[in-house]
Amino acid sequence: MDFGSINPILLIASLMVASTPILLAALGEMVVEKAGVLNLGVEGMMITGAVVGFAIGVNTGSSWAGFAVAALAGAALSMIFAIITQVLLSNQVATGLGLTLFGLGLSSLIGKPYVGMKAPGFAKLHIPGLSEIPFVGPVLFRHDPMVYVSILIVAGVWYLLTFTRAGLILRAVGENHNAAHALGYKVKTVRFAAIAFGGAMAGLGGAYVSLVRVPQWVEGMTAGAGWIALAIVVFASWRPWRILLGAYLFGGITVLQLNLQAAGSSIPVEYLSMSPYVITILVLVIISIRGNHGAPGSLGRVFHASH
Amino acid sequence: MSLIRLEKRAAPSRTLAALTPVMAVIATMIAGGIMFAILGANPLEAIRTIFWDPLFDPQFGPYSRPQLLVKAAPLILIATGLALGFKAGIWNIGAEGQYIMGAVVGAGAGLAFYPSESPLIFPFMVLAGGFGGWAWAMIPAILKTRFGTNEILVSLMLVYVAENILASVSSGLLRNPEGMGFPGSRNLARDYPAASNTEIIANTGMHWGVVAALIAVIFAYVLMTRHKMGFAIRLAGEAPRAARFAGVSPSRLIIFCLGTAGALAGLAGLFEVSGPAGQISIDFNSGYGFTAIIVAFLGRLHPIGILLAGLLMALTYIGGELAQLMLGMPAAAIQLFQGMLLFFLLAMDVFANYRIRIGTPEVAT
Repeated sequence: MDFGSINPILLIASLMVASTPILLAALGEMVVEKAGVLNLGVEGMMITGAVVGFAIGVNTGSSWAGFAVAALAGAALSMIFAIITQVLLSNQVATGLGLTLFGLGLSSLIGKPYVGMKAPGFAKLHIPGLSEIPFVGPVLFRHDPMVYVSILIVAGVWYLLTFTRAGLILRAVGENHNAAHALGYKVKTVRFAAIAFGGAMAGLGGAYVSLVRVPQWVEGMTAGAGWIALAIVVFASWRPWRILLGAYLFGGITVLQLNLQAAGSSIPVEYLSMSPYVITILVLVIISIRGNHGAPGSLGRVFHASH
Repeated sequence: MSLIRLEKRAAPSRTLAALTPVMAVIATMIAGGIMFAILGANPLEAIRTIFWDPLFDPQFGPYSRPQLLVKAAPLILIATGLALGFKAGIWNIGAEGQYIMGAVVGAGAGLAFYPSESPLIFPFMVLAGGFGGWAWAMIPAILKTRFGTNEILVSLMLVYVAENILASVSSGLLRNPEGMGFPGSRNLARDYPAASNTEIIANTGMHWGVVAALIAVIFAYVLMTRHKMGFAIRLAGEAPRAARFAGVSPSRLIIFCLGTAGALAGLAGLFEVSGPAGQISIDFNSGYGFTAIIVAFLGRLHPIGILLAGLLMALTYIGGELAQLMLGMPAAAIQLFQGMLLFFLLAMDVFANYRIRIGTPEVAT
């Protein structure tokens, strides 16, 4: 095995790229859960975002257009979930699972003509000055714009939830929907908005996989990233900056195991490929031993105003 | 005040609960027909090809009727187990992984004795297959009871781990030594009679997995209606606090429900690998573990309902293949169709649980 072929600068730089899809999806799901809704359809919305973003990117030649429409597609798909769970008061776990199964089918139907095509490409943004710093420059400041956008969204979500009235209302709805309703807040409206945001973010994350990370369309290409995003929300105890940490840790593991595979490690490929999932389980166990701090009080419960 | 209101029923309407799956199937046919029309097929012809031709077409019927049982058996076996947990609010969504591990352990147990002709080989494999699935389900069960770890995420993550184990053994441990280096195990159904799950009655599709599925349905029915455990499961799902006061141990329920579901999924995997699939290969699993979730809900988490739902879902698989062949329909269309069915079903539950009231409520005086 040749460890020398692993370049630490490239390794850390590709970590950020590998983490961005899960970061986006996890951040969206965190907002949904903060509003008291558990949407297990992240994987389905991600894969739909991946195929729609790719299709639009290929047809328009613009990755930006791909990202925008992927976000819309994710949000549109999430509205199915919103209507069934919020208006028709169905079980959120079952409906979310349905959304994942539906999204997987939908994406492979849409994606058929795009198999084997190449993504339009997405230019990297070298931040002037900063990108010239040795080591730090190539690692942090020579990425494509979405990497920076994703970090800005983390900051935005953190600010919104912590310092604004809208964030406070969202958290109130998630902690105790009956109390929030009694105070006159529109529980369902807030939840619809949160679910749409979660869908858009999952769509963006999916599009990042197909437009930047891979970059082509392969059936089932998100390979559980949506589920890992759900695990990262738990890991992060529903806090935005910890989502960033969790996503980057996970991205690091993914990139490391891929590099070990490429370097011809003596560990069989299958064991390396399963490692991100095994480590996710281990992390979930450690978090649960510590106790589940921060889960919103009304998470996953049906809200029905009787008056 | 909005004009249309939902008023919670004191108890879900049993008539409507039984009717909703039928309504959902009809709604899915309509929405599916629209989808087929968008895909450029004649919607009526597509619906007929999926739901009617596999059973009654003189040309395809004789081939596809036996397939109905072959495809329904694993779905019913897995869904029966899953439904126990779903009723109690225990969400095992990793049946696909338990199915794979049942097949791997069961096939491995049989291949270890190749080329024995002992009649004990197949029963031993059945036990090993059930054990494989059970053991795989015990991972989320024990993590849940010991540490409170979320069983939804753990059981799902284990699907990806199981898929990698499957890939590893099919090109390593269980690879056919006479297979000229190609991945995949010996063919149990063709080359190893003592380990093969053959048709019990020729040309009916009736293999041991079908028998096991029927037994599982009967057991689940008796359990849910006559046994204390069934009562505990229902109570835990409907009123968790009351269940705790009644002395129902959540840990025992979790171990029982996940364990049973895992064992049944493992059995389904074993019957599949030793019969219809024939061998362990990288792409052995075909998503039965996920489709079974739809089957469980479509069957209203009730054993008899699951039996019917499993047959219907098997029909959509066979009909989907036929539509692929005859109408050039993409395979994904049928997956989408199954997804829609679950949506409509969940959406229509509202009628069973709530009364729809039109007009403003009367003011109490």
